[in-house]
Amino acid sequence: MVVVFSYVKRIFNQFFKDAFGNRKDLKLGLYGPPNSGKTTLANKICIDWVGEELGTVSPLAHETREIQIKEQVTIKSKNGKELMFNLVDTPGIATKIDYEDFLKAGLSESKAKKRAREATRGVIESIKWLDEMDAVLVVLDATQDPYSQVNVTIIGNLQAREIPVLIVANKVDLKRASMKKIQAAFPQYDVIGVSAKYGKNVKELYEQVFKLVR
Amino acid sequence: MVTIQFLPYTEIETLSAVGRIRKLLNIAKENKIVLLQGRLRKEEETELIKATMEEINKEFKGIELAVIHPSLSHLTGLQKFKNDLFSAVLGDRQGLTIIGPASVVKAIKKDPNKIELLTSEKRKKRR
Repeated sequence: MVVVFSYVKRIFNQFFKDAFGNRKDLKLGLYGPPNSGKTTLANKICIDWVGEELGTVSPLAHETREIQIKEQVTIKSKNGKELMFNLVDTPGIATKIDYEDFLKAGLSESKAKKRAREATRGVIESIKWLDEMDAVLVVLDATQDPYSQVNVTIIGNLQAREIPVLIVANKVDLKRASMKKIQAAFPQYDVIGVSAKYGKNVKELYEQVFKLVR
Repeated sequence: MVTIQFLPYTEIETLSAVGRIRKLLNIAKENKIVLLQGRLRKEEETELIKATMEEINKEFKGIELAVIHPSLSHLTGLQKFKNDLFSAVLGDRQGLTIIGPASVVKAIKKDPNKIELLTSEKRKKRR
């Protein structure tokens, strides 16, 4: 049912896109598991094109617990084309959240419980927003096992909704990073390796975004 | 002790999406690992994650989830069409879905054809 609704919506949006040229409310989502670097990448994109960051980053998982949107981000391609979109940074999707993990990381009990509660709501929000996206960058940590079911489920759902996907293998500056593993796990998708933290290969990512939404 | 409950696809076949998710979650919340024949639909997998998040509390920390599915890349166009059609109408009975409560299953490591289940060890209390 969800997929049928999504399909109808997509045809409707495509009609208006064709009729009125580029839509101004194009939504580019950043999805992925916690701590894969979604907000770091969102910040890099926003600093490059808007001049300010979108959200705070932290080594502690579930730092982003609410949907964050930067509206009207305009990027330019090497050949001078422009693309405007609303950048949507989403909380990391997980199947388990244990407040004791936050306790171990040094938070007080009340803060740990609050963070866990907010993180669960964040996951629900991320999933609810899937239908709103026009294109998605699935941000994966290239040092981690790509076969996690969360990754497979996110990508499978985007595919079922016919939402264009580009897989971003982040943290390629780290020695343990393996682009090959990610490419082997998702052979039917384009994968681009970047380091959002150091800006490595991000310009190539912008070119790929143009291809993704055309 | 770890309890594993096998669930044939016929047990969820006639249930609604909500019913299927409820059944699987209820078993996981009893601290049992579920081995489901086949797999949920893609949108049901996300609904399972959503429902899990709604139920997390002090005792229930969530689930570990993994699906093993046979590769269909060797199928010809017509075979793949038939397979997709049967799956859409009757549900996807191929493969295996593993759902374990996070308090019992620490991690599930998966490569395409193998699954390793790492369970949490409860420390014995010293007297």
